[in-house]
Amino acid sequence: MSQSAQAKPEIALPRPAGLRGFASDWASDQRAFKNVSWGKAMMWIFLLSDTFIFGCFLVAYMTARVSTAIAWPNPSTVFALSIGGKEIPLILIAIMTFVLISSSGTMAMAVNYGYRRDRRKAAILMLTTALFGAIFVGMQAFEWTKLITEGVRPWGNPWGAAQFGSTFFMITGFHGTHVSIGVIFLVIIARKVWRGDFDTEKRGFFTSRKGNYEIVEIMGLYWHFVDLVWVFIFAFFYLW
Amino acid sequence: MEQPVTHSETQALTHTDHQQHPIKLYLVVWGLLFVLSVCSYMVDYLGFQHYLRWGLILLFMVLKAGLIVAIFMHMAWERLALVYAVILPPVLVLVFVALMTSEAHYTLFTRMTFFGTAQ
Repeated sequence: MSQSAQAKPEIALPRPAGLRGFASDWASDQRAFKNVSWGKAMMWIFLLSDTFIFGCFLVAYMTARVSTAIAWPNPSTVFALSIGGKEIPLILIAIMTFVLISSSGTMAMAVNYGYRRDRRKAAILMLTTALFGAIFVGMQAFEWTKLITEGVRPWGNPWGAAQFGSTFFMITGFHGTHVSIGVIFLVIIARKVWRGDFDTEKRGFFTSRKGNYEIVEIMGLYWHFVDLVWVFIFAFFYLW
Repeated sequence: MEQPVTHSETQALTHTDHQQHPIKLYLVVWGLLFVLSVCSYMVDYLGFQHYLRWGLILLFMVLKAGLIVAIFMHMAWERLALVYAVILPPVLVLVFVALMTSEAHYTLFTRMTFFGTAQ
């Protein structure tokens, strides 16, 4: 009894809720995150550090845009596409936004089915998410190609302030890299779910540890974060 | 004698730890995110300008971000110790934004004053 109480002190004592709980969880001689596994806590802390990276990129973009004396190119017309002979402003970016939001929806449902141990549905939803992610990266590649052929470079562009190109390639490039890594991560975890690794408690290739369905939720945290970053990029870079 | 008691307690705890919510909730949030995205696209399509534009962009951005973090990332159901550890530090980025706004305006001022309007 005393041994198991030592291993999991949070079972022995019910923790207070609300602000009192916050204060006592962070008090001395405590493990701060009571009912959160190390995997989930570490993913959150990684995402927090990633928030600062993207925060710095957006602050750098703001600084460049405010401090330039030359007019900033109008993103509404730069990212317009002519469909059926009609110029529609920002349409590609709008479609990319909807694709990414849809991928977040399927990811959230995959987490749910994972915890219900419905591994077929969970794996299919994860692969759907990966497919949406791949479509997003494909559309971004199309967008980059279009802008590069129109003469946008990190050091200049035909429409105005030179910093437009450098901030555009930096911010969307970093975000696209995150999406691509997410797609690879999704496919790896979806394969494990499909194979039933978390039902048979098969040991991992690198870690030799038994996994469980929480990895789907941890994976989901990363994926939703990628969507979250896009919300801010869409607002500040494309719409502002 | 105490062994089975602790075992069942452990099981009960790990069971309630899982984030289990009805699928309908996710579909509703998905729909809301779609509507909010359409709204923010409309801000550009209808050509709103200045404070109306910036205000609406920020409003829809904050609502979308809040829905994703609270529902999709399950932050609404986590203990405050984790919520504050993740949500409070990014607030400091706003201090950085304030610093760099001031700095950027000063850079613009020096460019206008000493280099005419170029560069």
